Amino acid sequence: MRLTDLTIIQTHEGLKKKEFSALELCEAYLDKIRTCSPCSQNLDSSLRLELKEKNINAFITITEDLAKEQARKIDEIISSDRNLSFLAGVPCAIKDNILIENFPCTAGSKILKNYISPYDATVVEKLKKQGAIILGKTNLDEFAMGASTENSAFGPTRNPHDLSRVPGGSSGGSAAAVAANLACYALGSDTGSSVRQPASFCGIVGLKPTYGAVSRYGLIAFASSLDQIGPITKTVGDCKIVFDAIRGKDEMDSTSVEISKIGNWKLEIENLRIGIPKEYFIQGIDSDVERIVREAVKKYEKAGAKIVEISLPHTEYALPCYYIIAPSEASANLARYDGIKYGYSTISDKKKEKDNLLDVYFQSREEGFGDEVRRRIMLGTYALSAGYYEAYYLRAQKVRTLIKEDFEKAFEKVDVIFTPVSPTPAFKLGEKIDDPLTMYLCDILTVAVNLAGLPAVSIPVGKIGKLPVGLQIIGGPFEEDKILAVGEMFEKI
Amino acid sequence: MISERDVKHIAKLARLGLTSTELEKFQKELSSILSYIEKLKEVDISRAEIVSHSVKVGNVTREDVARDKKEKIENKIIELMPETKGRYLKVKPIFQV
Repeated sequence: MRLTDLTIIQTHEGLKKKEFSALELCEAYLDKIRTCSPCSQNLDSSLRLELKEKNINAFITITEDLAKEQARKIDEIISSDRNLSFLAGVPCAIKDNILIENFPCTAGSKILKNYISPYDATVVEKLKKQGAIILGKTNLDEFAMGASTENSAFGPTRNPHDLSRVPGGSSGGSAAAVAANLACYALGSDTGSSVRQPASFCGIVGLKPTYGAVSRYGLIAFASSLDQIGPITKTVGDCKIVFDAIRGKDEMDSTSVEISKIGNWKLEIENLRIGIPKEYFIQGIDSDVERIVREAVKKYEKAGAKIVEISLPHTEYALPCYYIIAPSEASANLARYDGIKYGYSTISDKKKEKDNLLDVYFQSREEGFGDEVRRRIMLGTYALSAGYYEAYYLRAQKVRTLIKEDFEKAFEKVDVIFTPVSPTPAFKLGEKIDDPLTMYLCDILTVAVNLAGLPAVSIPVGKIGKLPVGLQIIGGPFEEDKILAVGEMFEKI
Repeated sequence: MISERDVKHIAKLARLGLTSTELEKFQKELSSILSYIEKLKEVDISRAEIVSHSVKVGNVTREDVARDKKEKIENKIIELMPETKGRYLKVKPIFQV
């Protein structure tokens, strides 16, 4: 078994028993990344493009110096036989919309191509304190807007299971990196599906925590009432370790909350009530995806769980509701990229004719943002503009309440809810990129969870040919431990 | 269908420059997305409250005093500015004389 195949728990054991050093481990990953991603700036551009087409292109930036420095520190701790935390010395990757001090943070956008993070995100600070080794920053759809990682200014990421297909998005770089063993685990962010759907497409585990469970300080904002940072890992056990390391209240994020840990969930499968919402098994779902998810449900039933058919009546309105709320918040959040304070700017471009401040805004934002980001800014601006605000934004906020109430009622009858993550397995590159609405429909089974602020995890439960299929396990607010315990059962039953 | 005039107006509000071919493209795309979103009109919202967040959030306040000055970060932020004069951010004129 190669070092890069190990899980967090296995890596931790190996380091503790001195079977390999943290630096050796770190080098093994860096070597693997180098052969799989053409981000070396020394190559000429045509060669780089050729490599890009053959390779996964999971990373935008490699933080080699940071990784090696940390690895040496961990080796000192190991050689002096001091206590080693679970994540100490374990190499990880961070989505490139999460800040790491003194390294670029692009959000997959030309507008932030030369932006250097002035500070660490809280999650990064927490991982560094645990001794984590950060290998690099992973590719994403620009500002996390997309379901395929094709909307990146740095080229698309490819699915390690089939290079002609997308890894999902927007955390496609993080998911592809973990699936291809280019990192032991990764962080992503999830606004509508962006951790769960790529985890499903890449056959690994992805958790979207409850809104407020993890600090958003240092996460580049997309839609602030929906965004959450979450772990992407090889196993459910690993997911719990990373989640425990990053969770908790942070004074820099006033929406973060501290939840006292309710101990280990001693959940007996005989007492488990699993809700199956009929609205999530609708027309348009790939028949193989449905079959694999239903087989997973059967496995739980055989092992003793009670399966309850439930109804979440407002399910069909979740996607239109999301595509008002998310772009509205995005249009406000992205107003900060103005060509004045930081980021791409035409202000000192002598070739550009401009007399006043307004021209700098128009030009910098036209050239700096990609199509999908501009589309969503336009959509959000429209929904919030005078005359339309009540018909769109206000109505969507009310529908959001109804969606949340659906879940509250359901959780009176069941402990967890099972659904597919995505209506289809990974699709081909280019297949949906020219039709925005078709791409939006990818999120149809995942956005309600963000609107309701609930935790949900995607776990791999089967394959169609070589393409993985994920099961979504949804829990009540702050029941991450419960859904992870339920997910872990699948690995055992 | 959203009108060309509307698209121009929104682009201006959003401070986004658009070329004429893009204008047409966005008009088409936004129209198709908006007609999908129309679906929300079917929902009976008469008894629903407005929420801006899924969890209850209140205002978090603190005393209005300066916290520790982090000069290191300040300098880094100034370095990121496209145009400066000393430690000031420089902008183009807003009013023409």
